[in-house]
Amino acid sequence: MPLHSSQHARLAAVAALATAAALTLAGCSAGESGSDFESSTPTSLEGTVSFWHFFSDREAGVIQSVVDDFEAANPGVTVTVHEGQDDEKLRKAIATGDKVDLGLSYSTDVVGNFCSTGAFRDLGEVITRDKVDLEQFSDTVRSYTEFDGVRCTMPVLADVYGLYYNKDLLEAGGYTAPPTTLSELQDMAIKLTTFNDDGSIKTLGFNPMMGWYENSAAHLGPLGAAEWLNADGTSAIAGSPGWTELMEWQKGFIDELGYDKVNAFTAGLGQEFSADNAFQRGSVAMNLDGEYRTAFIADQAPELNYGTAPMPVIDSDPELYGGGYITGNIAGISKGSKNPELAWALLKYLTTDTDAVVKLSNGLKNAPTTADALASPDLEVSEQFQTFLDIMGDPHSATTPPSPLGAGYQQTFEDFWHSYQSGAVDDLPAGLAEVDTQINDSLSLVSGP
Amino acid sequence: MSSTTTTAGQPVPAGRPAAPRPPQPPAPAGRLRASRSRRRRTLTVLALLAPALLGLAIFFVYPLLASVYYSFTRYDLVSPPEWIGLRNYEYLFTQDPKVWIATLNTLWFVVFLVPIKIIFALGIAGLLVRAKHASGVWRTVFYLPALVPPVASVVAFVFLFNPGTGPVNQILGFFGIQGPLWFNDPAWSKPSLVILGIWVMGDIMIIFLAALLDVPREQYEAASLDGANGLQQLRYVTFPSITPVLMFAVITGVIAALQYFTEAAVASGVANGKAVVGEGTGAALGYPGNSLLTYTQWLYVRGFSNYQLGYASALAVLLFVVASIFLILLLRRFKAFTPEGTA
Repeated sequence: MPLHSSQHARLAAVAALATAAALTLAGCSAGESGSDFESSTPTSLEGTVSFWHFFSDREAGVIQSVVDDFEAANPGVTVTVHEGQDDEKLRKAIATGDKVDLGLSYSTDVVGNFCSTGAFRDLGEVITRDKVDLEQFSDTVRSYTEFDGVRCTMPVLADVYGLYYNKDLLEAGGYTAPPTTLSELQDMAIKLTTFNDDGSIKTLGFNPMMGWYENSAAHLGPLGAAEWLNADGTSAIAGSPGWTELMEWQKGFIDELGYDKVNAFTAGLGQEFSADNAFQRGSVAMNLDGEYRTAFIADQAPELNYGTAPMPVIDSDPELYGGGYITGNIAGISKGSKNPELAWALLKYLTTDTDAVVKLSNGLKNAPTTADALASPDLEVSEQFQTFLDIMGDPHSATTPPSPLGAGYQQTFEDFWHSYQSGAVDDLPAGLAEVDTQINDSLSLVSGP
Repeated sequence: MSSTTTTAGQPVPAGRPAAPRPPQPPAPAGRLRASRSRRRRTLTVLALLAPALLGLAIFFVYPLLASVYYSFTRYDLVSPPEWIGLRNYEYLFTQDPKVWIATLNTLWFVVFLVPIKIIFALGIAGLLVRAKHASGVWRTVFYLPALVPPVASVVAFVFLFNPGTGPVNQILGFFGIQGPLWFNDPAWSKPSLVILGIWVMGDIMIIFLAALLDVPREQYEAASLDGANGLQQLRYVTFPSITPVLMFAVITGVIAALQYFTEAAVASGVANGKAVVGEGTGAALGYPGNSLLTYTQWLYVRGFSNYQLGYASALAVLLFVVASIFLILLLRRFKAFTPEGTA
């Protein structure tokens, strides 16, 4: 049937709309490419560089003071600082063009994706050109700042996890030293636990509930030398005996106290990052936490008599004692940066200049990542903080490997662990195999089959 | 032989009276004027509609088309999208480990939160209509919670219902009742949010109140004279009169429930002891035991924590289709209660 002219017009309008939409979609899909690095180190720097980071309030002030130092050392450079920008905003800004020159993220989980997609550009060229010594960083720190041979980020301080213990409560229980194995931790924790008249828990020696505060699979993994991913990026969880031992220990611990009792006790505890923190209030005698807790305690509970130590490790491999989980802030140069040389100069300053790293560490109470900064006499180190620097240098310390999935593989495993601790899983090996399948399926969606 | 012609062009034999002539089309000059006038009217209408049409195109049509397109691609926001056909949908329906629990949680809110909230709002509005004294004060009291920002109200509720330190369980304990773990128990977390939903039903309540005040009193009097009891008056007088408002409440409620995100996400974070904004919020979503993981939260996690914007788009397209089906069904159902529907 022949079409009327009005139908022709409608068809043409639809076709034009579809074409326009397709062109727009194609045009808007990827951010533009920025300028290239120069072949030799510039002799002078001039211009404006935009710096996006996630810190806010007091911590943003610490960052700003170091940026001020950089500007003073480079009079021709102006740094435009955008504070309080989380990873999601950073990613969107990078995707839309040249708004970001230098981006600082709180999570090493972005490294796999940002390196593989080119959101942060490969720094290999300028690292070689400017002869930056990567040996000044530990193996673990180097490993979480690159992906698949591409170094797209540099470390901006580290977070290190260990055991905090309340000296008064341990002494009252007859203990003079923290535990070194997980069975010791469990025994001590049970003995230090007190109960109310109705049988509910009043105070706990150590809270084993997965997901509470910093109790995560990532933070427990190094205590059993547990492995996350194979060399090809697929899941190694089911085949790693460390996970099985860690999970069985944790479930046994929960069962000894009673899941419902621990859950009820946990529900009544205060917020982690408030003055009501359970360790600071004495509700738990021992706790897994990061080095930054020393700053919180100094600020919110200065009277607390506490010590720090490496986290206890699995009984089958006591040699692991001394290590722990390490992660940190990372920074990279956006693919759309129009001022990559300025961004690189700032990045190099923030991550390798000893004075800058020490100033950041003292201000933010995070562990410095360069050998010179760790040895600097200007570094403010308390007895408790020193423990974390020791953990950082221990060969058994480990991190979570970068993946194109971000933290997706960790979330999948932790979901399963939550079910397991609640008693909803009968067959642990089969459950872990299913976790592997789920992670690999998700990986194939990101990276292709 | 002479003849005339009808407007259809059929010859009419001479000698027979011609059929009455229909109105003649305007002369060419008149037609031109009418055409110009129509075009001017059309242009005026289009010009007046332009801002709305532009907004519709930019903020609805374009995102919708973009989502449909991206749902067939592997896309991470930074690299160009790569066409992968139906792979995202295949993963959604056969491999995604959490999409069904997220869907069931969301449907739970549609099935329970929406009707319970509407029933309470309607009930309170019905009582306020009958209030003889201080009605303004009561209206304000019931409406005020709706003005509290959702995040603040959730945080307050989680603290109030904290099983260890909150006043709710302490009061229950005073009466010898052992309170549940509320937001920390997978069985109680969703009902806890329903209680919150009831508390903040003031926005719907005020609309119901206006609708109820609009129902002519004579209809109740007539029904009463005919011997209708209270329930019959509600069924045959009140409901037919407020059907459009009821329809509005149900439709907006269902859409809001399908997109339920903020309240559940904040409740999970605060109840889990991790009320942190920005850093790693994805890890706490769904606590406890994925009972508060809603469809839109899962969409967010896949899109912005796992960098699967293509897959997240497929989830969004499915949500759009399901929401549209809900709307069509609801509109048809409500049509039966309107005068046109019952005619």
